[in-house]
Amino acid sequence: MAATLTGTVALARFALRRDRVRIAVWVAAVAALVLVTAASTKGIYPTQADLDQAAAVAQDNPAVLAFNGPAIALDTMGGQITFQVGSFGLLVVGLMALLMTSRLTRAEEESGRMELVRSMAVGRQAPLASALIVVGAMAATVGVLTTVGLITQDLPVAGSVALGASFAALGLFFTGVAAVTAQVTENPRVASGIAGGMLGLSFAVRAAGDIGDGTLSWFSPLGVAQKARPFGDEVWWPLLLLVALAVAFAAGGAALAAHRDFGGGLVAPRPGRPEASASLGRPLGLAVRLQRGSVLWWALAVLLLGVTYGSIANSIEDFVADNQTIADFVAASGGASLTDSYLATSLLILSLTAAGAALQTALRLRTEEVGGRAEPVLSTPTSRWAWMGSHVAVSLVGSALIVLAGGLGIGATYGIVIGDLGQVPRLMAASLAYVPAVWVLAAIAIALFGWAPRASVAAWALLAGAFVIAMLGTILDLPDWVLGLSPFHHAPQVPAAAVSVLPIAVLLAITVVTTAAGFAGFRRREVG
Amino acid sequence: MDPVIDVGGLVKAFGSARALDGLDLQVGAGEVHGFLGPNGSGKTTTIRVVLGMLRADEGRVRLLGGDPWRDAVDLHRRLAYVPGDVSLWPKLSGGETIDLFGRLRGDLDRSRRDELLDRFELDPTKRARTYSKGNRQKVALVAALASSAELLILDEPTSGLDPLMEAVFQDCITEANDEGRTVLLSSHILAEVEALCDRVSIIRAGRTVQSGTLTELRRQTHTTVAAETDRPVSGLDRIDGVRVLAATDGHVNLQVEPARLDGVMQALAAAGLRSLVSTPPTLEELFLRNYGDEPAGEAAHHDAAGAAAER
Repeated sequence: MAATLTGTVALARFALRRDRVRIAVWVAAVAALVLVTAASTKGIYPTQADLDQAAAVAQDNPAVLAFNGPAIALDTMGGQITFQVGSFGLLVVGLMALLMTSRLTRAEEESGRMELVRSMAVGRQAPLASALIVVGAMAATVGVLTTVGLITQDLPVAGSVALGASFAALGLFFTGVAAVTAQVTENPRVASGIAGGMLGLSFAVRAAGDIGDGTLSWFSPLGVAQKARPFGDEVWWPLLLLVALAVAFAAGGAALAAHRDFGGGLVAPRPGRPEASASLGRPLGLAVRLQRGSVLWWALAVLLLGVTYGSIANSIEDFVADNQTIADFVAASGGASLTDSYLATSLLILSLTAAGAALQTALRLRTEEVGGRAEPVLSTPTSRWAWMGSHVAVSLVGSALIVLAGGLGIGATYGIVIGDLGQVPRLMAASLAYVPAVWVLAAIAIALFGWAPRASVAAWALLAGAFVIAMLGTILDLPDWVLGLSPFHHAPQVPAAAVSVLPIAVLLAITVVTTAAGFAGFRRREVG
Repeated sequence: MDPVIDVGGLVKAFGSARALDGLDLQVGAGEVHGFLGPNGSGKTTTIRVVLGMLRADEGRVRLLGGDPWRDAVDLHRRLAYVPGDVSLWPKLSGGETIDLFGRLRGDLDRSRRDELLDRFELDPTKRARTYSKGNRQKVALVAALASSAELLILDEPTSGLDPLMEAVFQDCITEANDEGRTVLLSSHILAEVEALCDRVSIIRAGRTVQSGTLTELRRQTHTTVAAETDRPVSGLDRIDGVRVLAATDGHVNLQVEPARLDGVMQALAAAGLRSLVSTPPTLEELFLRNYGDEPAGEAAHHDAAGAAAER
């Protein structure tokens, strides 16, 4: 073994030991997502006739294609399962790969722990190599578990292997991507952010591609993974292409790791201001300064997602005009226009994404506390109320602005396509209907911070649950009370439904009470 | 005058571990008070209770005449704090951080800030991410010293400073003290403690084992005496608090409590004293004795010489 790789195996074993719970939860969650979807899809479409009808409804529906992926063999059980879980599952695998890779590489380096490790007989490339081994193994395990699980549910072997392999290949690809981004910047959050941005973009590109003739999907790693066509006429080489690209990225990351300074990035930090600006002098000024960057990046990401969704909204009307079955289906399902249903679903997804920003900014409270940066501030005449309130304000206002950015994006492109810029204010106003649901999640995170700070990370599990309920609630055939656990289930589905005041008022009341409880908890507890 | 910090019988437990176990600490107005103890003895925990970050389980905690848990904000107007492990926001520059703390405290003195930056040779444009441990400490020190707070609470503030900066730090503390400010200084650097502190408190395992001026502490421990005499010395065993380490044909080595030194001298003189070396306890001996495994409070009362003789 090359000297620069010395210690790789020991580090990999250490990572497996230290993160065993986190690793197990990721892998099990992805596998369970696929298998539960498979089981309930079988329950919902028990006969071939059911499958045929589902295929007819979805076949050319751009709204569904944009969220679910290309329509391949939808009249088979395997094809329908792939369609239901595919894009979402691939997103989750990509997220798993890039977050874990950043965590094991750049985050360790920034924390200073890696310096101690590297001072021992550990090679320059060993930390990255060990992360590649661990995360690569996670992706492979996800693939194997998925494949085996699908086969045990009596699905064709070739298709099961293709779906499992596409998950593994995409996981490997984003492991490679994150291996590069972790070398570029000194900040682990920026490293994850760049890789996450690529993941989001590749989802958007394949959405556009799948609505069209599919050519554009070739420019998206997610799209390429879906070109394996599980349960259709399986094609294997796109997966080999992804794996080859993953290896190339990983090699690139390793080359960068071998040549850069420890702790340094490729982008040198600029010198800072010698004096603080006028705004940086009160707790709110500090919170805004610390969080504005991430709020802006989230807003930009959600805006771009909205732009993508908005640009294809109009093709839905054309599609309905061409398809009598769908027209009947829409008429039967309550009369809201299919475009408005599509826009409502888009706004729901955008606001779920914005809820991620709400959680991240609210949980900054915990990051500051654990990092020892809360104590110096609280040892000045800054009250606990003021310190906590500043970050809570950033979280609530910031997440509302991010939701609005999504509405702006959808409204702008949809408005341009149909030549009616009145859609911009209409959809921005509509997006506000989802803000109270976003705030409820933020409020839960705030309450956890106040009362059970060590458990505050559990707020992310609630967001994951809300995502599953929103994306898969129907296909999983979840009972109403489970659906009702998600605040987003209660948000009026504007513009497909009218604005109803009661649920909004109730969600706002929950936000206020829960947030207040968080403040009360933090004032009572110890800091640190 | 009321003490600035008045802690009595303080108990703080984390789960089953008692971090503080009946700790006492009195810091009088205008003094520089050294706060010493081995690693993990509870210095930082005490400071965090005094700041109102942690709540006392039992005991009395008064800070500047108030209750630090209840009146934190008002009391914090009157103090400045330098944490032992200075964590800063990686993206903010040193200058921005100092200004931020000054404004949060409400008394940023710009000329003083610039003067301190100069004296500590700190580049305010560098981002905190790129600062070394010593430079992060300088940021926190400049922010604290630039304030007009009447109390400075410093938790091992110089552990990362070079000797040149250590001297600057000592000058700054002396100046602050001349202005009438009170300083609580937790430190492991004995020369610094000796140079700066009027009084010290030594804690071990969450309990105060010694408190007083350095002179008082010295007085409570033994002096080492080496003498040469014409005749064998007699009568030493009749004096309390003397421990003879070696006595061979005209040479005698012994340890004695300062209060008994007079009796020893008479016995030595009676034996025809030819030469005499008397060594007062060094600070190191003082601290090592208090930091060690044996309960030092008991050792001081019953067997002053014994505990030290083992070292």
